[in-house]
Amino acid sequence: MSPKRKSAHRMSLEPLRKLPTGIQGFDEITMGGLPEGRISLITGGPGSGKTLFSAEFVVHGAMDYGEPGLFVTFEETVEELEKNVITLGFDLHDLANHRKIVLDHIPIERSEIQETGDYDLEGLFVRLGYLIDSIGAKRVVLDTLESLFSGFSNEMILRSELRRLFRWLKVKGVTTIVTAEKGAGTLTRHGLEEYVSDCVITLDHLIHDNIATRRLRVVKYRGSQHGTNEYPFMIGDEGISVLPITSLGLKYEVSTERISTGLSKLDDMLGGKGLHKGSSVLVSGTAGTGKSSFVANFAESVAARGDRCLYLAFEESENQIVRNMSSIGLDLNKWIKRGLLQFHNVRPTLYGLEMHLVKIHDLVIRAKPQAVIFDPISNLVSVGTSTEVKSMLTRLIDYLKMMNITTYFTNLIVSAELLEATEVGVSSLMDTWIVLRAAEFGGECNRQVHIVKSRGMSHSNQLREFQITDNGIHLLDVYKGRGSVLTGSARAMQEAHDESEGLNKRQHDERRIRDTERNRKILEAQIAALQAQLAGETEELRQYADQEQLRERERLVTPSQSEAGKPAGARKKPARR
Amino acid sequence: MKKATPRTNIKEFDKAVKESQKAQYILRLYVAGTTARSVQAVMNVKRICEEHLKGRYDLEVIDIYQQPVLARGEQIIAVPTLIKKLPEPLKKFIGDMSDNERILVGLDLIPKR
Repeated sequence: MSPKRKSAHRMSLEPLRKLPTGIQGFDEITMGGLPEGRISLITGGPGSGKTLFSAEFVVHGAMDYGEPGLFVTFEETVEELEKNVITLGFDLHDLANHRKIVLDHIPIERSEIQETGDYDLEGLFVRLGYLIDSIGAKRVVLDTLESLFSGFSNEMILRSELRRLFRWLKVKGVTTIVTAEKGAGTLTRHGLEEYVSDCVITLDHLIHDNIATRRLRVVKYRGSQHGTNEYPFMIGDEGISVLPITSLGLKYEVSTERISTGLSKLDDMLGGKGLHKGSSVLVSGTAGTGKSSFVANFAESVAARGDRCLYLAFEESENQIVRNMSSIGLDLNKWIKRGLLQFHNVRPTLYGLEMHLVKIHDLVIRAKPQAVIFDPISNLVSVGTSTEVKSMLTRLIDYLKMMNITTYFTNLIVSAELLEATEVGVSSLMDTWIVLRAAEFGGECNRQVHIVKSRGMSHSNQLREFQITDNGIHLLDVYKGRGSVLTGSARAMQEAHDESEGLNKRQHDERRIRDTERNRKILEAQIAALQAQLAGETEELRQYADQEQLRERERLVTPSQSEAGKPAGARKKPARR
Repeated sequence: MKKATPRTNIKEFDKAVKESQKAQYILRLYVAGTTARSVQAVMNVKRICEEHLKGRYDLEVIDIYQQPVLARGEQIIAVPTLIKKLPEPLKKFIGDMSDNERILVGLDLIPKR
């Protein structure tokens, strides 16, 4: 007895074991799933997804974890249940045929039953026990157990029997989900939560601005940590997915790999190598500045590399984008056909922000893209408040970075003056921020691109003009003249002006050269004349010296002659003059 | 308790008796093992049958522990459950069958007041 008790005591000290539900995201919130061998209560209003949640629990158990399950429905018939969940890809009928699950409908009709004295619900116990044992079920769903309250009038019996049922299920060692309708101001209409003390989960809708968001909250989870927030979830084509958005942190691998923006000149502006892989890029600009064209270029470059790109279009339809981009020489259809470019068009107002987040999350998981484009996020802003948008985008960016997915966001801004204010703080989340603007000058608007920031790389500080032509986007070489950057016709004018200035200067120079040459020639001529004169003088001087020599010789030979020669010399001198 | 309670109209009672006298009763009583409640219910039903339906009833007592499939087919949730299969319409009673008058009314053995 005593060793037995000891071991039982030790058992109870073991940490609570959890059974994965297989519901995407839910197991992360609850850090493992539902408490094994215990009862969990799922409560919510009509249409909140209780039945589906429970069905997934059983289906995933049977399909993914090899645990047979029992699904007992008190309200719907088995056929109705099968029909309801087959749209989500769960073939209960097939699973039942393979004896992986058992479905049973227990109708409770009060009108037929008369109560004559004391009774208990042993029939239910026997039935459940029989069903559980028939396939060795590990997971049990009772949907909605509460309908017992409509079938039996003696609430006292019912309550004690429910208590006994839950105890009995625990002894059986099955993990159970009990669903219940939400009451007015209470978790359940009949106070079932009183008996279920292990785990209580509520499902509901939040309606904000006519947009409904499904939400899930773990109200109570005895003996376990759990996320306490209200988590948005969605019922998509593949069942429920809950996004544990706030559990994301800032711990993700970063890549130093660089990828092209699709425009080589833009790559040049980004340190010559383009973007970091897995970074987030914001392309903002006023209407008509070419944001979509920029991202389409990027999409094309991603697909051309053989990577997958997911294009989430919130404003235009796929066909419209394809058509518009073909007008600037981008053939997106080619990539769509190859499955490298995948469009997903959805109206931002179709559902709430959180729902968008869940939906995007879901799409990313399925499409496994290397790049995601959001065109434009400004429309999402219209769905929620700016704080909501920021929080949603933070989580979205975190998630995408974690997956090492390069992300492009476009954002329409109303006016260039309000650039900073209208970014709802989104820009601070972005690694690279490219601003496109239409600069008005001289009666025309010219498109300019400017990289406001780009984390982790050198980037150009210049405003560059670009043109959207039939052959795509062309970034023009930067023009710097007279201390400013010019665009459009101002640039053309300046260029023409510069050219004429150049011509003038050239002519002026030529003239100067010519003048100098002429002067040189004049001088040379003068020099020549002077030299000729000099040569003449020299000759005369030499002749004179000769004569002087001659005369001296004559004087030495005959002194008389020298006297006679004197007048001859005097005579000769004036004659020379 | 053999006779109708004093409050019951004798004429109506006679009429009901005459009508029901022709019919054959098929009754099924579902119990859970030999619990006190089950034993009580069996005793009560047998007594009623003997007193009011002597010679024209077919009562079968079914233990849901031994016949769970049968119990499932009849949608037995609470026990004891008495089912009147015939004559039509089908009627169900739950409890230890201690409320004599209610059962008699339900079995159309005495008229509803």
